Amino acid sequence: MNEKVKLIDENGLRVDGRKPDELRPIKMEVGVLSNADGSAYIEQGKSKILVAVYGPRELHPRHLALPDRALLRCRYHMAPFSVEERKSPAPSRREIELSKVIKEALEPAIFLERFPRTSIDVFIEVLQADGGTRCAGTTAAALALADAGIPMRDLVVACAVGKVDGVLVLDLNDIEDKEGEADVPVAYMPNLGFVSLLQMDGMLTVEEFEQALNLAIKGCKQIYKLQKEALKAKYLAIKEEVEGCLQ
Amino acid sequence: MLYFENREIVTPGELLAEGNYIAGNNTYKDGSKIYASRLGLVEYEEHVVQVIALNTVYIPSVGDQVIGKIEDVSIFGWTVDINSPYKAILRATDALNKPFKQQKDELTSFLDIGDLIFAKIIAFDRTIDPILTIKEPGLGKITQGQLIKVPPAKIPRIIGRKASMINMLKRETKCKITVGQNGIVLISGSSPEHERLAIMAIEKIVREAHTSGLTDRIAEMIRKEKGEKQ
Amino acid sequence: MSSIMVSRIRKQQIARLIANGKRIDGRGINEYRPIKVETGIIEKAEGSARVLLGRTEVVVGVKVQVGEPYSDRPNEGVFTVNSEFVPLASPEFEAGPPSEEAIELARVVDRGIRESEAIDLEKLCIIPGKKVYVIFVDIYVLNHDGNLIDASALAALAALINTKIPVHVVEEGEVKKTNEYIPLPVRNFPVAVTFASINGRLVVDPWLDEENVMNARLTITFEKDDKICAIQKGGEGTLSPQQIIEAVRIAREKAEELRKLVVGG
Repeated sequence: MNEKVKLIDENGLRVDGRKPDELRPIKMEVGVLSNADGSAYIEQGKSKILVAVYGPRELHPRHLALPDRALLRCRYHMAPFSVEERKSPAPSRREIELSKVIKEALEPAIFLERFPRTSIDVFIEVLQADGGTRCAGTTAAALALADAGIPMRDLVVACAVGKVDGVLVLDLNDIEDKEGEADVPVAYMPNLGFVSLLQMDGMLTVEEFEQALNLAIKGCKQIYKLQKEALKAKYLAIKEEVEGCLQ
Repeated sequence: MLYFENREIVTPGELLAEGNYIAGNNTYKDGSKIYASRLGLVEYEEHVVQVIALNTVYIPSVGDQVIGKIEDVSIFGWTVDINSPYKAILRATDALNKPFKQQKDELTSFLDIGDLIFAKIIAFDRTIDPILTIKEPGLGKITQGQLIKVPPAKIPRIIGRKASMINMLKRETKCKITVGQNGIVLISGSSPEHERLAIMAIEKIVREAHTSGLTDRIAEMIRKEKGEKQ
Repeated sequence: MSSIMVSRIRKQQIARLIANGKRIDGRGINEYRPIKVETGIIEKAEGSARVLLGRTEVVVGVKVQVGEPYSDRPNEGVFTVNSEFVPLASPEFEAGPPSEEAIELARVVDRGIRESEAIDLEKLCIIPGKKVYVIFVDIYVLNHDGNLIDASALAALAALINTKIPVHVVEEGEVKKTNEYIPLPVRNFPVAVTFASINGRLVVDPWLDEENVMNARLTITFEKDDKICAIQKGGEGTLSPQQIIEAVRIAREKAEELRKLVVGG
């Protein structure tokens, strides 16, 4: 078999030079697609994800409509060119599971009862995948929903923690995800303090898992600051331009 | 206890106030805490905490005047797109003054697919689609002008306090401007240049709605544009 | 997906009881329904098991065939988990390709087995890079009365332990089937424990009515040495970090109890 990759070096740094509790560089932009009701783009390390929200809108087929609330639908999809070996465009079982899990991460945050008999459709397209795509996709989806003017209880922000060479690390990249010992993605509602997505695969003791959960929530809170900035950015820039002063 | 300054930009979920306050538009209350539910400017007025949203979805409200587009015709009336997740219905009885025989051809000669109307919402609740009327004065088929679509949340800004903004726009651009609560604005002027001026002004209002000193800047922009023509 | 409409009165009853630490079927909040495990029920399958969890019924059949290994793991056998929510199991299930719930269930059960390395895949190699044993684990839900995940995971584990591989040997470069059978090398015993969060309280092994009123669901899979190998939150609600940690601690004990039903004491 191939030589085992060393994921933590002598200085405790990771393959990309990060400290264990350091996030990758993140860039977020809101309102990037003109046709969608709301949209957002996120880059986290080398992962690049685009999200569009359509709705609330009339639901077809009609018989799926819920009488007392909007139906939230979510499609997580990876572009064929997003990974090393070309991926077939047909939805894989993994994409179907992630679509469900991300939908369930966003649902508790939205005031669905305000829009009975409609649908809110969230489309997450992974343009380039380098680990952490379900988390970055969830973070961007929350931005797109807010951009669409859909009323929400809170934003949703997500981040994953893993274990590599025995060390718990924040925000896994692709190599760390593939070669590591555990992966714990978490989505969090930062003002209300609730978890809306939680998965784990690998092997962790109960104590390690508790630490991982806390580390992930810490990471989520850091990413949340960037989310707020991204939503306010466009409007603050215009305000500065016309009023000639800082907020 | 208030957590922000008046007219600061807030995001969904941010804690705006805690204590004996009333949760206004685009906020929600949980216990004694009031949170924002939409992106916008927070406003504290007396005991009411509200958010002036930057973008919203148009949910019909009885009494609203809206601009809609005919989407379909049937024997009883028309289906109308009112820029909302809910399609509206205009029944023949709410459109025609004379009693009519139930014949589809008669209806299309009055309003056909693609026609625009200025209508009023007379009924809407969770269980039924909104119902319109065009029988009141000022309502009816739209025969000329240009439409622009704006976020419904910006409509109050376009109208302005005591209609100050919209009256100024009408005066300065010499256009007839009809505002639908559903985020559609109709502009009808004596020339395409006048209409273009009005559209420019409205687009600027939409873009800068969250800033202060807007009315003056719009008036100045219009004067500048007109001045360059002279 | 439409849900079975639970009347408002029933929802209130369930919530009220749970607030007092009781459940509508008389169980404690940390109590499982009666469980029955039978193995070897499908003779044509290389391994099989049937689990009755209250009135939820799941059958798992294991088929062993010879096939090609994955290109990046040439010396390992292959296993795959699939699940079918057949229409006879519930008025909710429709015929057709697996729903997202069925796919999620298969993947969660798969995760438990894979991450705990329960099957020693390196022992399933016949000709490195060319021929290996392929283990098909098929989960068949026969009656849905809540908590399909725990029932399916337990049945899958029992079926794997019950599985006998038809031994294949290499003769003159050809793979030939012999008449011998050896047990599938199972070296870990992952067990899933699922909770429902109802009005902020956690209950173990939710049955159908409880599932229809719950806010969220949390499944934690433990392997034999008390390590967690899979977690899955489900449902459209949320959990607090405290609830999650509490659930994990309770699950550790419950997993040990359930494991004894399948792995001789």
